[in-house]
Amino acid sequence: MKKRRILIVDDEHSVRKSLQEWFLEDGFDVQTAEDGHQALLTLDSGPFDIYIVDLKMPGMDGITLQKRILEGYPDAAVIILTAYASVDTAVEALKLGAFDYVTKPVDPDELSNLVRNALRQKDLAEENVRLKETVSEMGLASPIVGESPGMRRILEIIPTVAETDSTVVVLGESGTGKELIARAIHAQSKRRFAPLVAVNCGSIPETLLGSELFGHEKGAFTGAQYRRKGKIELAHGGTLFLDEIGDITPKMQIDLLRVLESRRFTRLGGNQEIHSDFRLVCATNKNLEELVAVGDFREDFYYRIKVFSIELPPLRERRDDILPLARHFVAKYARAMGKAEKAISPEARELLEGHRWAGNVRELENAIERAMVIGREPELLPEDLPFRAHATGPGPDKLSLEAMEKEHIQRVLREMEGNVSRSAKALGIDRATLYSKIRKYGIDR
Amino acid sequence: MRSPGSIYVSFLDPVPPPWARTLVEELGGLLPQEARILDAPVDLRPAYSPERNQYHATLLLASLLRTLPDPGARILGVTGVDLYIPVLTFVFGQAQLAGPGAILSTYRLHNEFYGLPPDPDMLLDRVIKEAMHELGHCFGMVHCPDFRCVMNASTYVEEVDLKGDWYCRECEARMELPGRTPG
Repeated sequence: MKKRRILIVDDEHSVRKSLQEWFLEDGFDVQTAEDGHQALLTLDSGPFDIYIVDLKMPGMDGITLQKRILEGYPDAAVIILTAYASVDTAVEALKLGAFDYVTKPVDPDELSNLVRNALRQKDLAEENVRLKETVSEMGLASPIVGESPGMRRILEIIPTVAETDSTVVVLGESGTGKELIARAIHAQSKRRFAPLVAVNCGSIPETLLGSELFGHEKGAFTGAQYRRKGKIELAHGGTLFLDEIGDITPKMQIDLLRVLESRRFTRLGGNQEIHSDFRLVCATNKNLEELVAVGDFREDFYYRIKVFSIELPPLRERRDDILPLARHFVAKYARAMGKAEKAISPEARELLEGHRWAGNVRELENAIERAMVIGREPELLPEDLPFRAHATGPGPDKLSLEAMEKEHIQRVLREMEGNVSRSAKALGIDRATLYSKIRKYGIDR
Repeated sequence: MRSPGSIYVSFLDPVPPPWARTLVEELGGLLPQEARILDAPVDLRPAYSPERNQYHATLLLASLLRTLPDPGARILGVTGVDLYIPVLTFVFGQAQLAGPGAILSTYRLHNEFYGLPPDPDMLLDRVIKEAMHELGHCFGMVHCPDFRCVMNASTYVEEVDLKGDWYCRECEARMELPGRTPG
């Protein structure tokens, strides 16, 4: 078992020595410092479980040192040592976040209990964070709504993929639910009790992405005041989810390739090699093959991450999922807002099914959330939705002629309940031509 | 066969306690090393604090170590005076972790200290346990969470009474004593 670490800061040598020996007998790894500055230098070796800090020291006093420690490690357990004369100041230290204070000389039993309680509280706080993360991961991973044949195939694949440690790349337009798939893979894998650590590579400037992923040592760059673990290190035992992987630079691709080969890396500005056992899931809305072809994405990295790929269809290509998804979001926001669940009126249903959903499931969720906020009737009505009938179907935007034709055929087929003869008549073409177009566009009747 | 390195027990007060020889025999019976009395005077006075009316355990231990006759041996000082280290109100004893020296005080092990009638047998029992505890630190052992183990940390005399006079299985394995079990 790893030894617990205690830092004792006191200007009196005899106090440092006696406390050091006392805690060595308890099995602690004990470090000492004679003043605040030396204590801050000692923090270079990493955080301690307990800090025992004398209140009155020449130079930096205990209160200032406590502030500096808590700036770097907000959850640090600081115990203030004080004489009777300075109890008021010790109380001030408590208000500023100290775990407790003791007056010198302290009863051995009191000191032992205090340290034991501080460790217990620290362990509980850390366990609480871990449990919250696990619960939130589980909560986020649960609902994937999909009844269309395409989504059913994906939902069937997930448990099989989850069992392995293979790298997975999830492809799909923005808003199709790529992160949800990553979380579902994590939640069904043997790694589910360790965290899923998500990084949106597209939203972080390249200069910061390295530090975010690999962590950094103190002084690695301006503003790096303390050592910080990176997301790769934090994902140890769990899953690392790199969203928008198509946006990372070739240099970062090389760095990540090295980590994927060995699961080893160093923090920025550091020499110590760190091992992290993680499973990688990536996602992108870009066509990686095209990026490889034009030289914007390294071929070796592409094949390293594309061990297993899952392609999520856009919502407009799985219209069977629109209503189940809409009902799911109605239930979700009814619960969240403390309102009664609503039915969706036939007119609103038609409007939802006819919309183009360029923003995919995310756009649908936003539309339903808005409708749940503004709707006053027991049913969800067309006027609650953020678009009108004139906006349904292919509008005067950037749809190609072929895409418009496909959407129009799909809508007519839906209106005619899949009857090809009646649809062909409505479209003013013969049945053979309609069949040919259905095949051409891969329309699911 | 005895393990190398004797254990010397030095009684620091002008008059040794009546159970001095018994303690040494008990330690010799419990531990694989040979235990013997060391007759080498240690001056208690430099360790005395008039403010606290107590004796500084670390200073006494340093004086005791100067009397160690054999570099491979271990030494246990036993005194009836009250010991302290600067930051604590008192200590039952002090030892060098994986080092040659330890010291223990019988001051707070007497029933009389707690207003109870004297009990020489109970006192000897407590002294043996505390001696085994401090010597355990010299053998490299740290405090043990098992309340029955002699290496359990005791800050009350009741806790001393509760624990046994031998190391638990895990501590014994850590100490690497050759083939001894509690007798």
